[in-house]
Parts: sequence; structure tokens; C-alpha cells
Amino acid sequence: MAGLAACGSNSGLASNSGEASSSGASGGAKPTLAQWYHQYGEAGTKEAVNRYAAAYPDATVNVTWYAGNYDTAVPAALLTNSFPDVFEYANGPTIDMINAGQVVDMTDVLGASVSKFNQSVIKRLTFQNKIWAIPQVIDMQLLYYRPSLLQKAGVQPPKTFAALVDAAKAQTTKDMGGFFAGNDGGVGVLGNMFVWASGFDQLNSDRTALGFLDPNFYDSLAAYQSFYKTNALLKAASKDWYDATPFINGETAMQWGGLWSMPDVQKAFGTDFGVVPFPAMGASGRVAVPFGAYSSCVAAKSHQVDAAKAFATWLWVDQTADQVDFANSYGTHIPSQTALVPQCSKIAQGPGKQAADMVANEGFASDIMWTGPIGDAFSSAITNVVVKGADPTSEFKVVGARAVSELKRISG
Amino acid sequence: MSVPAEPRGGLTLEPLAAARRRPTWGRRLRGRQDRHLWFGLFVLPFVAGMLVFVYVPIAWSAYLSFFDARATVTPTKFVGLANYSYLLTDPEFRSSLLVFIAFAVLIVPLTYVCSLGLALLLSGLRVAQAFFRSVFFIPTAVSYVIAAMIWRISFFNGGRFGLVNSLLRQLGGSNIDWLGGANYGYWVALVSLRLWLQVGFYMILLIAGLNRIPSETYEAAAIDGAAGWRMLRYITLPQLRATTAAVLMLLLINAFQAFDEFWNLLSGVNGTYPPYGRPPLVHLFVISLGGSNQDLGLGGAGTMILTAIIVVFGVAQNWFANRGADREER
Repeated sequence: MAGLAACGSNSGLASNSGEASSSGASGGAKPTLAQWYHQYGEAGTKEAVNRYAAAYPDATVNVTWYAGNYDTAVPAALLTNSFPDVFEYANGPTIDMINAGQVVDMTDVLGASVSKFNQSVIKRLTFQNKIWAIPQVIDMQLLYYRPSLLQKAGVQPPKTFAALVDAAKAQTTKDMGGFFAGNDGGVGVLGNMFVWASGFDQLNSDRTALGFLDPNFYDSLAAYQSFYKTNALLKAASKDWYDATPFINGETAMQWGGLWSMPDVQKAFGTDFGVVPFPAMGASGRVAVPFGAYSSCVAAKSHQVDAAKAFATWLWVDQTADQVDFANSYGTHIPSQTALVPQCSKIAQGPGKQAADMVANEGFASDIMWTGPIGDAFSSAITNVVVKGADPTSEFKVVGARAVSELKRISG
Repeated sequence: MSVPAEPRGGLTLEPLAAARRRPTWGRRLRGRQDRHLWFGLFVLPFVAGMLVFVYVPIAWSAYLSFFDARATVTPTKFVGLANYSYLLTDPEFRSSLLVFIAFAVLIVPLTYVCSLGLALLLSGLRVAQAFFRSVFFIPTAVSYVIAAMIWRISFFNGGRFGLVNSLLRQLGGSNIDWLGGANYGYWVALVSLRLWLQVGFYMILLIAGLNRIPSETYEAAAIDGAAGWRMLRYITLPQLRATTAAVLMLLLINAFQAFDEFWNLLSGVNGTYPPYGRPPLVHLFVISLGGSNQDLGLGGAGTMILTAIIVVFGVAQNWFANRGADREER
């Protein structure tokens, strides 16, 4: 799901000339649609999406499997004549795509089916009472640990941040760190967790300002900063947090990672692994996990908007067998239609089921109005406070002001 | 001037002769032996390329910089200087300019001194000069991206398996988190990487400059008793002035355009970048095009500001170089 971003891409992708063409039978008046996916890491995913597209009876669908900086490539392509008719995007289209009229409203095609989907995801894809994409599959992050190591150290799976620090210290050895959440010391991927696990939301209720500028949040940052200074927090490993290799290699006793890595962990440790959400921080804290969903959008400038909407609906609303296959056969994911969850063997029991329950009960998705500029200012402030020891109040005062003007701009 | 015209069939050849005297506009444009035509034909592709890929984008960036151009290249919402004032009041943009200055202050003199040192050493070499020239030049052919990844994953990895950390531990030291931002280790990685990549190239330029100095000048200086440092100070360096000015200007512009090694050494997952070690181009990329952002107005304004700064630096450097040359001539 996550990859190292390269320096942009200048691959010209024709809207009707995908690298992997999955044309179905060439019917006379059948429309031709271009569909884009980012490159999934799990083997077999590319063949699967080609298979789904080829099976669509009402249009010829050319699938482009984009092996590059997909997040940047799609907005660029939408400005040109080589754009996809249907494309997936992490958590649906951006607020700028919506405001610029680059994507179409999908509320009508979802219709009554909207109740079948995970409502937190639908809420994430809703802006000004319109739903802008159809959710495909849910991914989430969680904390991996090994019961055998915890037992040896005489500690329990952590439910509070203080317990996480104690558990990490107790398991740290000369060759193994206690906890790993990325080669930046976790400040990148855990930033939002500090907000949610401290009991706050990213934005206030009317989405006009940040919702966490509070001494309790600053205390949570101070707690993480103390942890950062210890060698119990592993700050450099062979891979980054989105890959379970450091955990599997024994470079760390516990790791913050993705649900998508669970098959690798299971293969390495069998039943000797467990998962918990990010522990509660401070007195007003709560456990939390982040989740997101690649969702199917339709480009407004498509010459066949209706055909594109029909295809997206057919695939991600009606084809439930394909959705189960997509979620369950390549890595571990959670289908976005709630009723399909029990049909996915990897999340029907054990740690997989726990993960699915975490999303339902303790899941948080980034707010649709949490834009790139706010996110960048926020993560810079987190790094300055945790890594460089800057004063959180003054750092976040700047972020707060920036967020207010950005939110005002988006709201028009 | 008269050309004898012979009557033929009742017509005179006067008009033909006049035409011969005064070439037509078309012929004038084509030039003697169609030289202008051929010149135009050869130059046109490059001019067209420059127009389409350089001047039009620059002009378009300037235009976009006055608009709210999010997710569009044909904006309609004019915002005046709002994008410029946003950037000039952005503390991160201002600190990115400081990062550039720090980088330039470190890399420009270091590269010049190392390149000149190598050029002088190799010029004095009697054997295997070509071999060593190639050895030092080869890193120039390596991509910044590849080199940055080697530096990040192998040499300056903060883990116990990082090459430099392994050496440090062998010597009794402990691991250093080179790129994590808790210390200034990332500057060691950034500067050493660029030095390794570009010293060879500037060494070649300086060798070319050294070869242009007439041997008679050295001989005359030697007869006057100059040698060693005095020869370098009073003969070599002044004679190298033109090459030095060009080298320093190129180094400065390249330092300003630094992006690849910063990005590939320090960027995080999913298009994020830490607040430290963030030069102007990286900062502009992050806030205007990073992740799923597409704020072309802000990007355009940043580009205009950076272009203005480069022009000011360039003009200032030229002025200093020329002033120095004038003083010397006097």
C-alpha cells in the first residue's frame, strides 16, 4: 500500500492503452473504459484486477497498473487528455479534485446500497452531503507483538502508552529493539495516532480549526519524546514500518505495521504473534487504529461518465465474490461491505478478526479536510517537538494558524 | 551602375538586370548560399524545444503564480500576490532558504578546493594521468538517485548494519542515527555524497583551464624565482580566473537546484519529508506537488522567487569577478 515516493513520473499513459489490457469480447457499440490502479505489493493482485475487468460484459475495460508515484500521477493525468475514466485513490478523491470538478458525485449510483458499506469509510468519502467514491477495500495499521517475548519479559500486551514503554524496555536486548514504527523514529506514521489516542480529533466539530491544541496532547508528545530518547525505541531497521521484515528478523520485539503484512508474520511465527491497537495516551486517552480505503472514482471529463459509473458500481457494489477474492486472496484486507467480512477466512478468526473488530470499534480515518498543507505543517511540528525538542505550544500555534486559513480556503 | 541591355523581341532586359542588382526579399532572407536558411533549419528544432519546454512553462508559471491554481492549469480565480505573500511569510520556506545557504557555503568552496587540488595533482602527473582522470570522473556518471540510495541504505544507515556505524563500533564507538534529524549527521551524508558525485566533473573543467595557461608564463615566473605556493597564488589562480568564475557559478546554480539527493536521502514514506534538511526546491515540491497536492499557483510563485534569487546571486557573483579582474588589469 505504501511505497517510497520517487521523483515524479513522466510516463505518458494513454487513456485507452493500458500496459495490461484486459479487453473482453470486442462488441460492436461497447464503450471502452480506462481504469487505473496503483501497484499493489501482493502477488497476484494485478492478474486479479485484469480478470475482474475482462469479465465486465457492458464495456471493454483497459486496466493500467501504475508502477510509480501514483498519488502524484493521477492528479497530473486529470489535467491532460490521457486520463483514466475510472481510477482508485486512497480515501477517495482529494478535496481539491472535488472543488475543481474533476470527479463526479457517486451518491446516485450507490443508492440504497450505501448502507451495506462500513459507515466510517462512507463518512470519510462524503463531502457536502455527496459521496465521491465507492470504497474498494479497507487497510489498517496495528501493533504486532510476540506473546513468547512478552511472557519472557514478564509483561502484558500494552493497553496504555506507559505500558508500551515498559514493555518495550523490558524486551530490549543488545541485538533487539523494543518497539519499531519507522526509520524516522515513528514520528511520520504515528503523528495522527498521538491525536486520536490522546482522545482528540484532527479537526473541531465544525471543521474550522484543529481539534487537539490542548495540554493533554502536548503531554502525549512529551511522553513520546522521552521514549524517543531511549534505545528501547528502534530508530533504524532493515525496512520501514510498512514492511514486517524488522519484526520477522528479530530486529524489534514489537512493531507498528500494516494488516497487509499479517500473512508474512503468520508464516514466520505461526501462532506466536498478537495484535493490539495503539495504546491510550494520557488520562483522557483511548486505544485507536487508523484505517483507510482505496476507493473507486470516476473522472468528470470522461466521455462516458455513465458507463464508467456503471462499471465502478458493478465491480465494487455488485460483484461481492470478486470483492471477497480481492480482500482475502492477496495479503490481508477488510472488504468494505460489512456483510462480506465473515466470508474472508483471514479475518474471520484470530488476530485477523481482532483487526477487523478494531476498525469497527476503534478505527479512525483521516478527515477529508485534512489536506496536504495541513498534514505537512503538522508532521513538521511533530518532528520538531519529538526529535529536536522544540516547545509544542509554539510549534502548534503556527500549525493551528495555518490550518485555520487552509480550512477557510477549502470551505470557500 | 549600368548593365548593357540588348533588345530581344521588342523587350528590354532592363527589369531582369535590375532584379539581379537588387536581390529579392526571399533571397536576402536565405542569405548567400542559403546560409541563413540552413542556419535556421539547424537551429529551429532547438529554439522550438526551448520555447515549448522552457520559455512557455516559465511564462505559464509566472501567470499561474497570480491565481488560485489548485488542480487546474487554466485557473480563473485571480489572487494577486497572495501566493507570494504566503511563501514569504511561511517560516518553513524561509528556513529552506537558510538550508540552501548552508549547503552552498559548504559545498561550493569544498568542491572547488577538492577539484582544483585533484586537477593540480593530475596535471603534474607524468604517468597514468588519463587513468586517474577517468577514475575520478566516473562517479559523475552515477545517478544522484542511485548514489543517494547507496548512501542511505548502506553507508549512512543509522542501524547497526550501516557501513559507517559498523566501522564506528569496530573502533569502540556506538551507532549514530545519521539521517534521523536528532543531530547534524545528515549534513555529512549530503555533502559527502555531492562531493563524490561532482568533484570529478569540475576537476576536468579545471584541468582544461590549467592546460590553457601557456608554459612560457610558468617559465618566466620560474626565472623570476617563483615556485610552489607563490606560483599557484600569482600565476595559476589568476590565469584560471575565467574557469574559476564559470565553475563557481555552475556550482552555485547546481547547489540551488539540489533536489534528488535531499529527497532520496531524507524523504519519508508516502511523499512526506522531515522539516530539517529541506532546501527550497524540496519544500516547494512538498507543499505544491507532494503527495496528492497540486497547487500550481503556489509552485509557480515559489519558482519565480527562486529564479529571482538565482539571478541576483549570479549577477552579484559576476560583478565581483569582473571587479576583481578590472583591479588586476589596472
